[in-house]
Amino acid sequence: MSEKLNLQMVTPYKKVLAEEVDEITAPGTVGEFGVLPGHTPLLTTLKIGELSYRKGTEVFHVAVNWGYVEVEDDNVSVLVETAEPADEIDLERARAALGRAEEALRQLSPEDKDFLAMQAALERALIRIQVAGRKGGQGH
Amino acid sequence: MPSLKSIKKRIGSVKNTRQITKAMKMVSAAKLRRAQDAVVSARPYARKLQEVLSSLALREEAGVHPLLMERGKGRALVVLLTADRGLCGGFNANVSKAAERFIRANDQGYEGYDLMIIGRKGRDYLKNRPGLTLSKVYENITGSINYATARLIGEEVVAAYEAERYDAVYLIFNAFRSAISQEVTVDQLLPIVPMQVEEGEHVATYLYEPGRGEVLAQILPKNVEVQIFRGLLESVASEHGARMSAMDSASKNASEMIGKLTLQYNRARQAAITKELMEIISGAESIK
Repeated sequence: MSEKLNLQMVTPYKKVLAEEVDEITAPGTVGEFGVLPGHTPLLTTLKIGELSYRKGTEVFHVAVNWGYVEVEDDNVSVLVETAEPADEIDLERARAALGRAEEALRQLSPEDKDFLAMQAALERALIRIQVAGRKGGQGH
Repeated sequence: MPSLKSIKKRIGSVKNTRQITKAMKMVSAAKLRRAQDAVVSARPYARKLQEVLSSLALREEAGVHPLLMERGKGRALVVLLTADRGLCGGFNANVSKAAERFIRANDQGYEGYDLMIIGRKGRDYLKNRPGLTLSKVYENITGSINYATARLIGEEVVAAYEAERYDAVYLIFNAFRSAISQEVTVDQLLPIVPMQVEEGEHVATYLYEPGRGEVLAQILPKNVEVQIFRGLLESVASEHGARMSAMDSASKNASEMIGKLTLQYNRARQAAITKELMEIISGAESIK
């Protein structure tokens, strides 16, 4: 058993990360979970949320969209539709998106077709803001 | 022999054409580079997904999910990826012809085929063919490919398949080999063919969260979307590559033509000078 996890994160547009890390925390559909070296094979879906990984004492945060994670033999593959590391998030844009989504939600009733989509947009914006707030934040 | 003036005019017009084809070649080269990058950077995701899927399918009996199940031989859907614009050599014609051949040959023995066409050129080519039904045409989406487009098409395809309107879905597109070569490819999108895993590869049992069925139900449609996304990217890269080489040879032909016309022009000029000289000399001779 190796001491490190081999983390790979890919989106349809590019490979975001390929790194050796010590610990991963990910937002699973049924709840947040952590992965340490020696984890049992696992396949799970992710929801919109914040994925963080620890390298030594440094902690990095990534805002992820819908996707899933496969853990096998200390290889962790994260396949997500979008992934934005904390230092790449445009806080202004995220705030604007949040405003737009809130505005749209006020005008829509829960029966509307777009309601779920807007709700997801709202969630994404919130997560982005939350993750951006962790910029350089260590030891969380 | 055409007059000097008319030859000169033709040289001018061919030069203009060459300028245009050269510019188009440059533009395509720049676009190709970007499209190529997109293809290359989309590959890890598609490969990873295939890996996950095959390791999943390995552990599952067929029939566990409708998208994995072989059904009867009813109607089939062909999704054809072409370009919106021409001037790219045989790019559109090749893939459209391949689609027509595929449908006419009907190796699998389906009752009938419907066509979903992406790109104006494919529609133009196939719209009036007897016996072909165009069920849907998307135009002007190949300009900027994003994942949302692929998802839209993917969802539509999966919905039609799940409603049992079709028993199989095929994707026909130009796969990108290199800047100067494309290869018409026919892929079966649905039902999903489980990848063959080599003997002796170890099989670990997964822990599924939330449950096996739910995970499969989410990943399988995703696979269709990703396949379409990859197809779109490859098709666009191929289009630019095809246009680049078509415009390159057009420019070369124009240069060649300019050379020939210039030669003709010089000959005509020489002939005219000789004629004038002869007239002068014979005139001078006569007054002696």
